[in-house]
Amino acid sequence: MSPITRGFRGRRPDVDPARIPPGQYMTRDFPVLSAGPTPRVDTATWQFSIDGNIAGHPVTWTWDELLALPQETFTVDIHCVTKWSKLDTTWTGVSVDTLLAGIDTRSQWVTIWCDGGYTTNLPLADLTGGKAWVVHRYDDAPLEPAHGGPARLLVPHLYFWKSAKWVRGLTFTPSEEPGFWEDAGYHRRGDPWREQRYWSD
Amino acid sequence: MARAAVLERLIPPRVSIVWHEATVTEVVVESRRARTIVFAIPDWPGHRAGQHLDVRLTAEDGYTAERSYSLSSAPEDGVVAVTVDEIEDGEVSPYLVEEVRAGDVLEVRGPIGGHFTWSVDEGGPLVLVAGGSGIVPIMAMLRHRARRGSTADVRLLRSVRDPDVALWSAELAALTPAEGLQVRTTWTRRAPDGWDGPTGRITEPMLADLGPAPDAAPRAFVCGPTPFVEHVADLLIDLGHDPARIHTERFGGA
Ligand SMILES: Cc1cc2nc3c(=O)[nH]c(=O)nc-3n(C[C@H](O)[C@H](O)[C@H](O)COP(=O)(O)OP(=O)(O)OC[C@H]3O[C@@H](n4cnc5c(N)ncnc54)[C@H](O)[C@@H]3O)c2cc1C
Repeated sequence: MSPITRGFRGRRPDVDPARIPPGQYMTRDFPVLSAGPTPRVDTATWQFSIDGNIAGHPVTWTWDELLALPQETFTVDIHCVTKWSKLDTTWTGVSVDTLLAGIDTRSQWVTIWCDGGYTTNLPLADLTGGKAWVVHRYDDAPLEPAHGGPARLLVPHLYFWKSAKWVRGLTFTPSEEPGFWEDAGYHRRGDPWREQRYWSD
Repeated sequence: MARAAVLERLIPPRVSIVWHEATVTEVVVESRRARTIVFAIPDWPGHRAGQHLDVRLTAEDGYTAERSYSLSSAPEDGVVAVTVDEIEDGEVSPYLVEEVRAGDVLEVRGPIGGHFTWSVDEGGPLVLVAGGSGIVPIMAMLRHRARRGSTADVRLLRSVRDPDVALWSAELAALTPAEGLQVRTTWTRRAPDGWDGPTGRITEPMLADLGPAPDAAPRAFVCGPTPFVEHVADLLIDLGHDPARIHTERFGGA
C-alpha cells in the first residue's frame, strides 16, 4: 500500500476504472514519444518484409500490395508505459495473422524493425490470434508521420512501445533478442494490466 | 537496410527500478511557475545526466497518479532534484509546484532512461535545443559538464516564452565564460527589456548559426513539448544532421 500523499486529491477520470490499468491516467490528446526524430518515409519505395528464421525466402510487400490485402477497422484502448492511456482509438490495417498466413517457421520469437533503427521484440504468441495489426489509418485518416505513418505495428494488449512506429518488417529469431527499450531496462513483455514497466517488475 | 541503421545505444546497467520513499529536503522557487524539488532518497543508485524519475502521488482513497520528471541535478551533486513546470489545469504539476514542501514524503522510482543521456566521457560536440521546461535534462548535462571541468564543445539554444518563466538564466550566464560552451536564447512571446538577440520560434538559420556544422558529427539533444521537438528535429535533418545522432525527449502537451 502506498503512503498517502499529504494534500493530494487527484482528478479521477470519468470513465469506467476497469478500463484503466494500474498507474495509468487517461488522456484525450495523442502524445508522441520516440527516441529520435520522425523518419521521412516514401511509400513509393517502402517495403514490408518478413525474414529471419523462416523456411524459404523472405516475403515482402510493397505499399500497394499491403493496401490490397484484406483490411480491418477496429477500436481499441492503448496504454503507454509513460502512464497515459487513450480509450476507443480507431485504426485500419492488416492483421498480422494475414501477413503470417504463408510463413513457415518453428521460431517463437519476433523482432520488429523500423525506419529510424528502432527495434522491439515479442513472443510470436503476442502477435497472432487477432491481437496485432500493421495499421496505416487512424480515426479514418492516413496515419500521421509523428504517430508512425505511413504504417506502424499495433499490439494494443501490451504497452505501446511494442506498437513500433514506421514499421518495416518482422524478423523471426531463434531465441528472445531484446529490442531497443527492452535492452534499456524496460520489461521483456510489457503487460499493462500487470504493470510490467521495467525489467524488474 | 533500415535495420542496420541502429541508433546509438547507451545501455544503463540493469539496476532494479524500485519505488523509494523520498523525503523532500528543499523546494526552490525557479520562476513564477516552476519549482525544484530536492529529495533525500536512501539507496538512490545514482544517475546519468538526462535520465528521469517517476513520481507517484496517492490520495486518501487510494487513487494514484504518476508522472515522469527529468532530473535537474548533476550526477556529481549528491542530491536528487527534479524541476517541475506548472501546467494550468494539470493534475500533478500544480500539486508539485504549489503544495509540496520540505518534510513531505513522496514515492519516486528511477533513474529511468538510457537514450537521452550524456556523460563528459563521451565528449562533444553537442547541440542542445530546449523548449520551455525541456531545459531540465539539458541543465543536468551542463551542470555535469561544469562539475567535471569538461571543455567539450557544447552549444545550447533555448526557446523561452518570456523572462518570467525562464529557468536558470543567471546560472547559465555564470556558466558561459567556460571554454567550449555557448548559450543562446530566443524569446517567443516577450523579450527582456533592451534585448537585441533572437526572438520568435526557432528557425533553420538560428540552428545553422548555432553550429557546429553537420560535418563535425555532433550529437543533438532536443527536449520540450511534442510540436517543438518535431519542429526542431525536422530542421536539424534539413540542415544535414544525421538522424541517428539526434536524441529527442518529448514532454507531451501542445
Ligand atoms: C520523460 C519525461 C520527462 C519529463 N520531464 C519533465 C520535467 O523535467 N519537468 C516538467 O515540468 N515536466 C516534465 N515532463 C512532463 C510531465 O511528466 C507531465 O506531463 C506534466 O507535469 C503535466 O502533468 P499534469 O498532471 O500536471 O497535467 P495532465 O493532467 O497530465 O495534463 C493536463 C493538460 O495539460 C496538457 N499537458 C501535459 N503535459 C504538458 C506539457 N509538458 N506542456 C503543455 N501541456 C501539457 C495535457 O495535454 C492536458 O491537456 C516529462 C515527461 C516525460 C515523458
